[in-house]
Amino acid sequence: MTKIILSAAAGAVALGLGAQVASAQTLESVQENGYVQCGVSTGLAGFSNTDDAGDWTGLDVDYCRALAAAIFDDPEAVRFTPLSAVERFTALQSGEIDVLSRNTTWTMSRDTDLGLNFVGVTFYDGQGFMVPKELEVTSALQLSGASVCVQSGTTTELNLTDYFNANNMDYNPVVFEGLEEVNAAYNAGRCDVYTTDSSGLASIRLQLDNPDDHMILPELISKEPLGPSVRQGDEQWFDIAKWVYYALVSAEELGVNSENVEEMTESENPDIRRLVGSEGTFGEDIGLENDWALKAIKHVGNYGEIFERNVGPETPLQIERGLNALYTDGGVQYAMPVR
Amino acid sequence: MSDTHSEADLATTKLAFVRDDFIEQQEAPTREGGIGQWIRVNLFASVPDTILTVVMILFLAWILPPLLNWAFFNAVWDGANREACLGEDRGACWAFVEAKFAQFMYGRYPLGERWRVDLTGILLIAGTIPMLIPRVPFKRLNAIFLLIVFPVVAYVLLVGGYFGLPVVVTDRWGGLLVTLVVAIVGIVVSLPLGVILALGRRSRLPFVKYASIVFIEFWRGVPLITILFMSSVMLPLFLPEGVSFDKLLRALVGVAFFASAYMAEVIRGGLQAIPKGQYEAADAMGLGFWQKMRLIILPQALTMVIPGIVNTFIGLFKDTSLVLIIGLFDLLGIVQLGFTDPNWSSPQTAVTGFAFAALVYFIFCFGMSKYSIYMENRLDTSHR
Repeated sequence: MTKIILSAAAGAVALGLGAQVASAQTLESVQENGYVQCGVSTGLAGFSNTDDAGDWTGLDVDYCRALAAAIFDDPEAVRFTPLSAVERFTALQSGEIDVLSRNTTWTMSRDTDLGLNFVGVTFYDGQGFMVPKELEVTSALQLSGASVCVQSGTTTELNLTDYFNANNMDYNPVVFEGLEEVNAAYNAGRCDVYTTDSSGLASIRLQLDNPDDHMILPELISKEPLGPSVRQGDEQWFDIAKWVYYALVSAEELGVNSENVEEMTESENPDIRRLVGSEGTFGEDIGLENDWALKAIKHVGNYGEIFERNVGPETPLQIERGLNALYTDGGVQYAMPVR
Repeated sequence: MSDTHSEADLATTKLAFVRDDFIEQQEAPTREGGIGQWIRVNLFASVPDTILTVVMILFLAWILPPLLNWAFFNAVWDGANREACLGEDRGACWAFVEAKFAQFMYGRYPLGERWRVDLTGILLIAGTIPMLIPRVPFKRLNAIFLLIVFPVVAYVLLVGGYFGLPVVVTDRWGGLLVTLVVAIVGIVVSLPLGVILALGRRSRLPFVKYASIVFIEFWRGVPLITILFMSSVMLPLFLPEGVSFDKLLRALVGVAFFASAYMAEVIRGGLQAIPKGQYEAADAMGLGFWQKMRLIILPQALTMVIPGIVNTFIGLFKDTSLVLIIGLFDLLGIVQLGFTDPNWSSPQTAVTGFAFAALVYFIFCFGMSKYSIYMENRLDTSHR
């Protein structure tokens, strides 16, 4: 029954999207309200979770804070709407939220069919493998013959099959219905390998009896580019959302961070001067003030700082930069220039 | 025959059931009591009893020590983050519950405004307790306070926007606050609405009757989870863009209607159990419909279905945790949200959180259950 209703809902979403023309004035209504309404997940370690004080923190959350800071000079000028997976697109479509920053994979059908505009990729995720260190495995290609714990009925399971077949390796799947069961099975040593999205592996690792005895292998066998999205049809808002993300990455490329950004307004480097608003009218062109990027960086930090603070090696999650490093450091984070 | 039987007469008639000698005098029974007696009578009275007792003792011996070790002796009582709860034989991570306790109670309700929630809670308790104790007088005033004054005051206090109280958006509500708001609104709305629907369903007026039937069957025929999904996923699509109702309000309406439909059927059961004579007697006395219901039928019908009503209440109380799927954090939801804080991720975090949530739910449900039994006994004017 729930499934039928859900698919009916999905159909209605698709229809509704076709008919609905998003109003073009998101920025105006945001400024009128005095806050950005931001859709986040109902709890995902390091991406959107609440801390002891009850404040939302995380990578997805910080993007919204940066967006709010760029507009209002105040990272608190944002209200978070926790959304379940089924609700998220409707919430964006119906105007309940202004931006969706909820570990959402950028796919073609979502970008076109569902009427979203993806802003960029704030986290390159992908399916990975976790193994006990005592196996002394350093690459997924050494996993031939291993028994692999995996959740049933997910794309994870399909990716796993494809990967092992493509590499001519045998494996022995240990399949469970629920996430908790998979965790318990791996914890009890019923399988050698645990596979799911790498960000998920990082938080599952923390729930094991001895997190330090386990490692996540470097290979990612699927592409899960996660990023924020906005409604189609409001180019100005899309531009703002997109360039706030680019500004955060540019800032890291140019060595601008939350500590030194104020001094950087005096910088000689024209790239930095344009970014922090000392030169040009880039902010005004998107409907904001010229120091929009400065405000975002000042309050929230550059992309690197956001990453390190929420999921990086210094946090309990200990996720390496990997693909999320700047292109200059072997990753694929690359910002279009502010020029 | 003479008026009295002589002893000889009795002896000669040989009535088999007449005792003709005394029982030999026996010693007075030893006065038994105390623990030994209780154990023998209650635990080892017969062979099957003894077997059951032994099995249960073995079971407890098997389950209790690890449970107590986990919950108390090996438990971590304080700590600042996950480090405290890591380690080979650590038990429950109560430090996690301690750190997040305020969140579990208030959700993300702003720190400086939490006194408003406290005050609402105190008013609720102050209004409810005298209501629940039959001896306390002024029931009518009390009911007016609880049903009319309190909801208005609670709304003003919790939502704000009047008398200089800042508005607290419902996005920030959570934890036990949301659980209680949803459950209490559900309970308070569903009982009167259920009575009206139950009466409506038995009405002779076709419009009233079929409207009630459609309402009841519609809400009863759809799972609560679907109603919540509809309210949060479908409803916004039908509304013009930019118009949106408060999420909590949508959930409240959904839960209240859902519970009303169930309540209506429970009460209808009670109405049907009242003998026809009662209705006719009331009619014969010249009572109008509402008088008849208020004075004769409903007091009997409602008393009879107290277990069913409380059943619905308890079910409703536990169903509130479903609001998590539309992104509202009730008690269980906020506990689960706490698990995702990487600073507290440990093997014991989830188990401890669930144990805490279970304990809170149990306290409330058990309380309701006990009170209903007390009320049943008190109101038992006996059809037995």
